[in-house]
Amino acid sequence: MSFFQLLNGLTFAALLFVVASGFTLIFGLLRIVNLSHGALYLFGGYVGFTVVSKTGSFVIGGLGAMLAIAAIGMVLDQGLLRFVRGNDLRQVLLTLGVALFLDDLALVIWGGDSFTVPIPAVLHGSVHVLGTYYPRYRLFVLLAGVIVFVGLWLLLNRTRLGALIRAGVDDAEIVEASGVNIRRVFLFTFLFGSALAGLGGMIGGAFLSLYPSADAEILTFSLAVVIIGGRGSLVGVAVGSLLVGVLNTVGQVMFPELAYFVIFGPMVALLAFRPLGLFGRVA
Amino acid sequence: MLEVRDLHCGYGNAIVLRGVSLQVGSGEIVALLGRNGMGKTTFIRSIMGLTPPQVGSGTVIWDGENLTGLRPHNIADRKIGIVPQGRRLFPSLTVTEHLTMLKSARAKGGWTIDRVFGIFPRLAERRHHRGGQLSGGERGMLAVGRALMIDPKLILMDEPSEGLAPVMVQHLEGIIRELKREGVSILLVEQNLYSALAVADRLHVLETGRIVHHGTADELSRQTDVLFQHLGVR
Repeated sequence: MSFFQLLNGLTFAALLFVVASGFTLIFGLLRIVNLSHGALYLFGGYVGFTVVSKTGSFVIGGLGAMLAIAAIGMVLDQGLLRFVRGNDLRQVLLTLGVALFLDDLALVIWGGDSFTVPIPAVLHGSVHVLGTYYPRYRLFVLLAGVIVFVGLWLLLNRTRLGALIRAGVDDAEIVEASGVNIRRVFLFTFLFGSALAGLGGMIGGAFLSLYPSADAEILTFSLAVVIIGGRGSLVGVAVGSLLVGVLNTVGQVMFPELAYFVIFGPMVALLAFRPLGLFGRVA
Repeated sequence: MLEVRDLHCGYGNAIVLRGVSLQVGSGEIVALLGRNGMGKTTFIRSIMGLTPPQVGSGTVIWDGENLTGLRPHNIADRKIGIVPQGRRLFPSLTVTEHLTMLKSARAKGGWTIDRVFGIFPRLAERRHHRGGQLSGGERGMLAVGRALMIDPKLILMDEPSEGLAPVMVQHLEGIIRELKREGVSILLVEQNLYSALAVADRLHVLETGRIVHHGTADELSRQTDVLFQHLGVR
């Protein structure tokens, strides 16, 4: 495997990290396996595509995607999920239904064609990295993944809100009995995790392109990342993303007909020995 | 002042509390004694709003306001703190974070992290340790410290002496008396009769969801038949 391909794996891992970190925040704190997370990703990409096409600004596109998806998250949480709190099966089925609905809605709005979010001029072209020419945009994705990781780490470990989120993952009832409106913390986390899916769609939509069913692919990868890393663990998501991203590239390059197996085979083996994932803890 | 009137509570068909009434005056320490499974923890959880309201009846009045039906965080906002059974610390949070998540480390007035470290110097030494890495005594101190950070006027303590060495129990009793001197009221749920007798002004004995006996510490310590019958103490 060449250095070029390794970089491909790392940039895909960075994208997975952005998407899966939102997924694990929601999964870890709210105990919701949000199967519409992939649809939120795809919707975010489409919104980003439209905003960038209209305004010509990649930054405004990214903000638009995050805001739009946070708004959808608001409706999803306050309008639907609040009625099935604490009921895992209903939550899973509900979010699956929302995913199907959002997919069809995207099909109505944007049609079935494939789109690529326009990349700003500064990120066009390639740069010379350690003996190989590599697309500038994909290096930007890598950087974005690192920035999101550092930002999330600081939020969770260096702020009071972050301490409340972690305490809520451990024992939400006692956080509430200590005078904190835990539902507000939950809502913030849900909107924030949704916005990360939207951001991921925007970033990914510029190099993986957007098309119907792209949501199911990213959701599958995100699930693998969170299962490998362990629920609610930020470091787990980072390690899981790196593993899945690099294994995916290894699979595609070396065993194209077994590409999925190269990811899910090790995942099954890992779960046999660590059912809670690499960094998971008993709740 | 806390006034609980005719509190009933249960889970499904299992009735746990069958009409419990008691009062805790300002600066008063009231103990609720009873063996395992008599409803002590359910009683504390009901006051804090942690049991689903549909299964209970009765009223909880705090400083003239009915707390029934309020969410737990609203009840805590009214300066009622809780030291829950089993401590229930947060394994992901450091000792410092347990205290600062409720109040900024820079906050002035009332209980501050420095004041908590002042009464529990051991916690200051352990400030960077996480909730799961503490000894039994340290866990008990941190659970009390966490409750203090909301500047409570009433603290509900659920078996704070559980699992502590005798010297730690004495230290805890000293802290409870000190809080009382500052005007904090305490409702103390205990299995440990001697610890309760050492600090409480008045005691109630709970058996199968009813208060079967109550009196001052002096009265109760002389009634050995009551102690034996309800608490199994000779």
